[in-house]
Amino acid sequence: METLERIIAEHPFFVGLDDGFTNLMVSCASNARFKAGTYILKEGDPANTFYLIREGKVAVEVLAPQHKPIIVSTLSVGEILGWSWLLPPFQWKFHARAVDDVRAIALDGKCLRTKCEENHDLGYEVLKRFAQIMEQRLEATRLQLLDVYAVR
Amino acid sequence: MMATAITTDPMLPQPYSVREVAKETPDTFTLRLEPENAVNTGMFQPGQFSMLWMFGVGELPISISGNPALHDRLVYTVRSVGQATHSLVNREVGDGVGVRGPFGAGWPVEAARGRDVIVVAGGIGLAPLRPMIYHVLQNRKDYGRLVILYGGRSPRDLLYRKELATWARNRETQVLVTVDYGGLNWRGHVGVVTTLFKYSRLQPASSVAMVCGPEIMMRFVTRELEMHGLSCDDIYLSLERNMKCAVGFCGHCQYGPYFICKDGPVFRYKKIRKLLEKYEL
Repeated sequence: METLERIIAEHPFFVGLDDGFTNLMVSCASNARFKAGTYILKEGDPANTFYLIREGKVAVEVLAPQHKPIIVSTLSVGEILGWSWLLPPFQWKFHARAVDDVRAIALDGKCLRTKCEENHDLGYEVLKRFAQIMEQRLEATRLQLLDVYAVR
Repeated sequence: MMATAITTDPMLPQPYSVREVAKETPDTFTLRLEPENAVNTGMFQPGQFSMLWMFGVGELPISISGNPALHDRLVYTVRSVGQATHSLVNREVGDGVGVRGPFGAGWPVEAARGRDVIVVAGGIGLAPLRPMIYHVLQNRKDYGRLVILYGGRSPRDLLYRKELATWARNRETQVLVTVDYGGLNWRGHVGVVTTLFKYSRLQPASSVAMVCGPEIMMRFVTRELEMHGLSCDDIYLSLERNMKCAVGFCGHCQYGPYFICKDGPVFRYKKIRKLLEKYEL
């Protein structure tokens, strides 16, 4: 049987995390499912959760006036959805929509913020891992902005 | 070892006829040419290019995108971006085209034998890699896994969509496609090609990577490949410059100490790494 402990410990984002920290994570975690086409989070809403995607694909969308939503990236198995829970003002900056049926682990950001404040070693571990994801996505966004396949 | 056929004066175009023109995307077409003279053959190494002459318009270096096992034809995928390419893609069946070549150093068909082949393509960069993909699929026992990572601008700009789906059904073959800008109807990945690496389960010690696309994209890709543990000895890139003579006489395509037409277009990354970091080269 797959326990939350095992799922979290084996998720690429948490690989190598100390057992004690994993247990703290588990106390803030729950299973989540989203049907294809439903919105997992919406721009402007309070950001108090993040998700470890276990199955399916999520489209991160930005709304543009007089335009259909623009998909800026997709996230899939093994990836993390959401970091706005980590930094003030704790509001989502994008929409995220389930492209397929999505299975995920939801982590309560408020709960985790409190634990990180209480235990700075945990806070540092969490920040280090999120900083790496932010760096990768920033680099990908820069390359995307270069529009390298356009005719010059 | 695959044969390279330049049986005549390399500066003399050989007469070929257009046999088929297929539209790949709104601005990109694939042309099948067949020799008018039975002496000419379509033998080439994956990764090589030809000079295509549109009489009265001009001559263009174009990578061969067809199947290297089919010697009765030469296939090219061309994006219409200027006068000469526009003229080429507007050829009709039966029209003549002059062909010189094939020229240059191709993909490391032999060095990759027995190893996993990682193909990373961006935009029209999939065209020069397609012969290598055909070669691996036709000689499946000689190679390990085939991983194809392909990034395009948008879904409508993706080349060979049907073939990508067919390739993905082959054993030991993983095909991942992404686009920079996806519409709401696109159900695939959205993001740059480097974001696909995390799904690719690479075995760096036993892999050879072959990369073709815009140079900026290739720089990001090589960085990603190295981060995943590939040695710069095992990464090959196909470069493009203004090639004119195609045999290293004219110097138009000089790239540091190399001529792209003669020493390339495929280079081992280690050989050109420093040059790629230079401004305006």
